[in-house]
Amino acid sequence: MENGLLMTSSPHIRDNTNTRRLMADVIIALLPACAAGVYFFGLRSLLVLLVTVAASVIAEYITRILLKREQTVGDMSAAVTGLILGMNLPPTIPLWIAIVGSVFAIVIVKQLFGGIGQNFVNPALAARVFMVISWPVQMTRWIIPDAVSSATPLGLIKEGASAAEELPGYFELFIGKKGGCIGEVSAAVLLIGAVYLVARRVITLEIPLTYIGSFALLTWIFGGDRLFSGDALYHVLSGGLILGAFFMATDYTTSPVNRKGRLIFGIGCGVLSAIIRLFSNYPEGVSFAILIMNTLVPLIERYTIPRSFGGGKSVA
Amino acid sequence: MLFTKKATFRGGVPVPHWKNTAEAETLQMGVPSKVYIPMLQHIGAPCTPVVNKGDTVKVGQVIGTSDKLISAPIHSSVSGRVTNVAPMVVFNGQSVMTVEIETDGLQEVHEDVKPPVFNNKEEFLEQLKKSGLVGLGGAGFPTHVKLAPPPGKEVDTLIINGSECEPYITSDYREIIENSWNILLGVYTLVDLFGFKNVWIGIEDNKPEAIKVLSNIAAKDDKYSDVVKVVKLKSRYPQGAEKMLIYACTGRKVPPGKLPADVGVIVMNINSVSFIREYIRTGMPLVKKRVTVDGPAVKNPANVEVPIGTPIADVFEFCGGFRSEPVKVLMGGPMMGVAQYSLQYPVLKHTNALIALDEKSAKIPPEGPCIRCGRCVDVCPMNLMPLHINRHSLHGDVEALEKYHANDCMECGCCSYVCPAKRHLVQSIRLAKAQLRQAATAAAAKGGK
Repeated sequence: MENGLLMTSSPHIRDNTNTRRLMADVIIALLPACAAGVYFFGLRSLLVLLVTVAASVIAEYITRILLKREQTVGDMSAAVTGLILGMNLPPTIPLWIAIVGSVFAIVIVKQLFGGIGQNFVNPALAARVFMVISWPVQMTRWIIPDAVSSATPLGLIKEGASAAEELPGYFELFIGKKGGCIGEVSAAVLLIGAVYLVARRVITLEIPLTYIGSFALLTWIFGGDRLFSGDALYHVLSGGLILGAFFMATDYTTSPVNRKGRLIFGIGCGVLSAIIRLFSNYPEGVSFAILIMNTLVPLIERYTIPRSFGGGKSVA
Repeated sequence: MLFTKKATFRGGVPVPHWKNTAEAETLQMGVPSKVYIPMLQHIGAPCTPVVNKGDTVKVGQVIGTSDKLISAPIHSSVSGRVTNVAPMVVFNGQSVMTVEIETDGLQEVHEDVKPPVFNNKEEFLEQLKKSGLVGLGGAGFPTHVKLAPPPGKEVDTLIINGSECEPYITSDYREIIENSWNILLGVYTLVDLFGFKNVWIGIEDNKPEAIKVLSNIAAKDDKYSDVVKVVKLKSRYPQGAEKMLIYACTGRKVPPGKLPADVGVIVMNINSVSFIREYIRTGMPLVKKRVTVDGPAVKNPANVEVPIGTPIADVFEFCGGFRSEPVKVLMGGPMMGVAQYSLQYPVLKHTNALIALDEKSAKIPPEGPCIRCGRCVDVCPMNLMPLHINRHSLHGDVEALEKYHANDCMECGCCSYVCPAKRHLVQSIRLAKAQLRQAATAAAAKGGK
C-alpha cells in the first residue's frame, strides 16, 4: 500500500451500540422482575436463575468449541436466554431439570441451527415447552406468597367458579402476590424493565402493544359468560403475558425486522394467546402462541417487503 | 421569508456533528507547484484534452471538452506549462486522462474569461455550460443539463441544498456566512430566467446562524420574498440526500429510478447557486473549490479554497500537516466519503472535504453475526431491508436481490452506522448492485446469441 493508507468502503464511522451492549440492556431490564421473583418466592428462585444462566453460558461455550466455531459466549446472548428461561420456571423446579432445559435451549434450539441470529424459535420458550411436556408435574408446582393454595390465578379460573373466591385481586396481580413462574409474577416491575428497554431503544413498541391490545380485545369479547363481558385487565395482568409481550415476543432473531411484519406478528401472538387461554386445556397460552408465531416469521417477512421510498413496485 | 415548520423524512440516524471548522473563515491557499486536472470530474462523458505537452496555459483556459450532451468542460486552474497528458488513477480508483500542469505562480487570467452575456434562458444555459459548473454537493451532475429537463417535465420548484448533514463538513456553511448575498442573487437570477414558483432553501437546524442570515436577506426583497423560503430542517442524516430533501421541503416523493424533475423539482447545492452569481459577475469558470480540511489527524483544521487539481497532500500541508500518522484519508465526509489510496490524488470540482483519520478513528470494529434486530430496516430512508440484501448478496442470489430492491439503495450508510453486529451492509449492497449488473449483462449476451 502506497503511504500505508487504509482503504475501506464507506461509512467510515459507526455508532457505539453493539450486540453485547444490547444484550446487557436486556439483562438490566429483567433484573427488577428477577428481584421481585426472589422477594415473593424466596432465595431458591435466585438459585434457579443462577443455575439456568450458568448452564446456558457453559453450554454455549462448550458447543462453540465442539463445533469449532468462533467463540460467541461474550455477546451475552446465552446469558439472556438462560435468564429468560429461569424466569419462566416455577420456583420449585428441580435443578437438574432446569439444567437439562438450559442445555436444550442453547444446544438444540440455538447452536444446532447456527447460533445467534439463526434459531427459528425462541430458545428459552422452546425449552420451556419441552420441559412442560416432559415434566408436567414439576413444571406446574407453584407457591403463593402468604397463602395456602398452590395454583396460579389462571389455573384457578380453569378449575371453574368454585375456586373464584381464592383469586387474588387486581392489585395483588399487578404487584405480584400470586402464584406463577419466577419472572412473570410482578407486572409492575416488568413494566419498569420494559420502559427501560424502550427508552434505550432496544425494543420498539409495535409488538408489545399489538400483542397486548389484540389479546385484551379478545379476552374482553370472549372471556366472560356472555360476549363482551370478559375481564381483559385480569387476563393481561395474569400469567406470562407482560413478560412474553415485552421480553420474549420482541426477541430480535425470532420476530420480524420490519414495522408491518411486527404489527402482524404482535396481533398473531395476541390472538393465539387468547384462543389458547380461553378455549384450550392449558391455562396459559403465551409460550405456545409466541412459538407458533416464531415459525411464521419468515413467511410474514416475505409478504411484507416494504416498497422502496417513492416506489410503486410490486411486493414479492 | 423563514418557513417555520421543521421538515424532515422517515428513517435516518442522528450522526455526530463535529463541525469544528464552522467558525473557520475560508483561507486562500497559494498555487501549488503542480496541478493534476482529470478529464472526468462529473457524471457523464469524460472530456478530451485540447492541450498538449509543452503548451502554456492560463487560468480559466479550456483544457478539455466533450461534444456529448451530459458532460462539462474542464478549465485550467493555474497558469503554467503542460508537462504531461496521460491517464492517472483518481479518487474512486478509475483511470482517467489527466492534464498535468507545472505552475508559474503568475496566475495570469486567460483572455476568454469575461462576464457572460445572455438575454434568455437558452443563452444562459449555453453560457453556463462554458463555466464547467457541476453539482458541487458531491454528485457532480452538470448543472446546465440539470436546468434543462426534457420537454414535458414541468418544473415549478427549485430547492437549494444547504443542509450539509455529513459530520465535519462546513464548506456550505461558510459559503452562506461569507457570501450570503451571492446565494440569494444567484437564486433570483434563476427565478427570473426559469420562472420557478417556489424556491426552498433547506438548512439543518444545527446551523441557526445560517438560517438567520439567509432568511433576513430573503425577506428584504418584496419581489422574491413570497417565492424564496428558507426551511429549517431537522438535523438528521441524510437530510441532504436529494430525495429526502425534496420530500422534507415539498412532500413529493421521487420514485425509484426517476429524477427530481419527474416531480417538478430541481435541486442545487448552495455553493452551485453562489457560483452562478459569481460567474455572471466575472466570467471566471469553475477553477477553485472550498474544501473543509479536518479529522483527528489534521493539525490545523480549516476551510481552504484551493485550485482544482491541487494534490491533497499539498492541502494538508497548508493546514500544518498531520498531528499524527494519517491512517485513512477521505475525500468527502465520514458517512459517504471515499477512502483515498494516495495523497497525490487531486482535489476535484465536487470535492467538499478532506478528512484525515488517525489510528483510533480509522478503526472499524470486526463484523459479527446478524442478530436480526431490524435497526437497519428502521433507519433506511429508502425503506429497504439491508440485512436481507446482505445475506442474499453473500449467497449470490441475484433474483432475491431484485426482490429486495437492492438497486434503490443510495449508499447513505445509515444501516452500517447503526448495525450492532457491525456488519458491512453498504459494502455488500454495492456488491449486490454489481451482481445485478453482471446478471443483466449475462442475460443480454445470452439473449443476443
